[in-house]
Amino acid sequence: MENKIKPQLRLQEKKDIKEILRQNIVVIIFTVLTVIGVILSDLPFHFMVRELVSRIGRNSFLVLSLIIPILAGVGLNFGIVVGAMAGQLGLIMVTYWGITGIPGILLTVLIATPVAVVLGWQTGVLFNKTKGQEMIAGLIVGYFANGLYQFVFLFLVGTLIPMKPGTPMVKPDGIGLRNTISLGSKHGEGMKYALDYVLQVNVWQLLIAAALALIAFKIIRNRKRGFKTPVASLIPNMILVVVSLVILLVPTFRMLANIKAPVVTWLLIVGLCLFNILIMKTKLGQDFKAIGRSQHIASVAGINVDQTRIIAVILSTVFASWGQIIFLQNIGTMNTYGSHMQVGMFSIAAILIGGASVTKANIWQALVGVILFHSVFIVSPTAGKVLFGDAQIGEFFRSFVVYGVIGVSLGLHAWKAATAKKKEETEE
Amino acid sequence: MKDLIMNKIGLPRLIITSLFLGVFFLGAALGLPVAQQITDIIKRMGMYGILVLAMVPSIQSGTGPNFALPIGIITGLLGIVISLEIGMTGFSGLVGAVLISLPFAVIVGYFYGRLLNVVKGAEMTIATYTGFAAVSAMCIFWIILPFQSGTMKWPLGKGLRNTFPLDNSYGLILNDFLAFEIFGVHIPTGLLLTFFGACFLVYLFTKSKVGTETLAGGMNPNFAKASGVNIDRNRIVANILSTVLGAVGIIVYSQSFGFVQLYLAPLMMAFPAVASILIGGATAQRAKVSHVIIGVTLFQGLLAVALPVANEVFPEGNLSEIIRMVVQNGIILYALTKVNSNGK
Repeated sequence: MENKIKPQLRLQEKKDIKEILRQNIVVIIFTVLTVIGVILSDLPFHFMVRELVSRIGRNSFLVLSLIIPILAGVGLNFGIVVGAMAGQLGLIMVTYWGITGIPGILLTVLIATPVAVVLGWQTGVLFNKTKGQEMIAGLIVGYFANGLYQFVFLFLVGTLIPMKPGTPMVKPDGIGLRNTISLGSKHGEGMKYALDYVLQVNVWQLLIAAALALIAFKIIRNRKRGFKTPVASLIPNMILVVVSLVILLVPTFRMLANIKAPVVTWLLIVGLCLFNILIMKTKLGQDFKAIGRSQHIASVAGINVDQTRIIAVILSTVFASWGQIIFLQNIGTMNTYGSHMQVGMFSIAAILIGGASVTKANIWQALVGVILFHSVFIVSPTAGKVLFGDAQIGEFFRSFVVYGVIGVSLGLHAWKAATAKKKEETEE
Repeated sequence: MKDLIMNKIGLPRLIITSLFLGVFFLGAALGLPVAQQITDIIKRMGMYGILVLAMVPSIQSGTGPNFALPIGIITGLLGIVISLEIGMTGFSGLVGAVLISLPFAVIVGYFYGRLLNVVKGAEMTIATYTGFAAVSAMCIFWIILPFQSGTMKWPLGKGLRNTFPLDNSYGLILNDFLAFEIFGVHIPTGLLLTFFGACFLVYLFTKSKVGTETLAGGMNPNFAKASGVNIDRNRIVANILSTVLGAVGIIVYSQSFGFVQLYLAPLMMAFPAVASILIGGATAQRAKVSHVIIGVTLFQGLLAVALPVANEVFPEGNLSEIIRMVVQNGIILYALTKVNSNGK
């Protein structure tokens, strides 16, 4: 974040502090909310960090899958729920066949991807027919697809689709899948942690390595371009190194020091981040940007708007299906008829909390959003209990935040668009 | 001729009508009591009717189907809870609940209408999330508001129950009013009178000066503006009316159901109501009272007959719930694809 803002500052002759505050108001509010929650909830700090690290691993990929449609002007893709269903289809089949570990993950991806491509393509076609109403259409598509999903897994499984008798995931009468399907209770059994436990490394050591690598990358890149790297731009990374070292070395933080991170999962997340950045440098990415700015101008310039929008939705749906696989292999239990339904709403709330809007998003907003949103998630039940004597209040507050933040940011966007239109009209 | 039928009735309505009739006759062929089926259809129609009616003013004013119906529902529930808290029962209790909910519904509806005026063009999505947010905020209040009535409170712990019965106050009071049986079909006279009465009142509203102006503003904002119509004010009035109908609707629904459902129960209630009026022939920009009556009969009728038939054919699982999901959301999607082609 820090590095992103600073060059902009110089470019635009130092926007005043008010403007910066105004632009990052959502992030600031949620940072304050998180800090208050952390203080109120009085949870052990190492517990919160451990919880946060595992939530970053399991949710970031899903949230990052939202970026491309936003840049392509489709808006917040509530239709990622459909992608999540494709991921679950793959997981159900692989679990049924009893394939585990990395082969299991690969086969799941192999099954989920073509399904997600088809579903994403259909969703994209629908979005083209409902231009201007994509977001409500995406929400309803999720509900609609859920009906079909339930029909397949509650009625066709065991009747039209033969299942081995006595499979634990099938209901006792042989028709339909159970409400919850266990993906294994520990690593090595089923798909549980199939990706996360390939390589586990101490999170602080990992952070130090990443920060040092980033510093080296910056210095080398700047030297190639022929100018010296200002020390100030390296400060955030250096702080990260120092903090990590302190946690590792000072005995007081022993509980914090032994938290581990799933390296492969994190690498996949970094991979998607890089993909999101690199694709914008290609022809396709430029097309996304162009139709995101103005569909009319883009089509005059010879871009096939509808087709490009469909590609954006397909990419998003496929990434969402992979994201759901990452999510569920970490959780270890699939809520057959519920796991996918919350995905769209929670991911969208997260990216908005990170400071994204209906038309603007980047990987930093997605990642900051995941951290802030899930911090609020972790602390709100206990904070609710401390404040009101009832953990349920904290949970209701949490869902209020999810719905509220989506409503408010969509509202602000529509309000800005309406005032801009009015201005245009009066100028004419 | 074929085109005429298609345009007049519309493909989705044709499909759903044939589905409804097909399921109905399948039920009869399977030996389910026809009189009971018709009783269920009529009861569900009356039960959901006013909630569907709430869509008429908002669609006519140009704000689209009222996806924020839960806001009105919450004010209605508040009316019920307060009326029970002060010990009202019988007809006076029912009327009391409506009267208590009115000021809340009017105030909330006013601010909701103002919100919609600010976000023109994105009303439907924002309405949905406004409704969702209101429901989850109200969940907190159901816990912390200091109600004391024993029937409504958890015996231990804080807050109101998720569901509580109305049998000691005004459960089924409208359904039983002047009720009679004909050929084994139970006719809930009071419920039907209330529904059709409400329909008539809304019809009168659409024919009033404000009503016609609202309709004009919704159909062609620029033209209406040029003729000196205050569109923004009319949109607010229409959404106040829609919110009030949501409040009255849930009170009628609850007395017919016999139970009051709080907390997350209102969260998804807008969608079946939206689907009903669309099935009745409305679009996201045009609606009439007749669409309400046709739509609620077809959609709730389909669900009423699908339930026993599905249970007969597929004893396991909840097939009628799946039919509801597919039909309800399918018709909403269909309507959304028509928003653009109608030139909005």
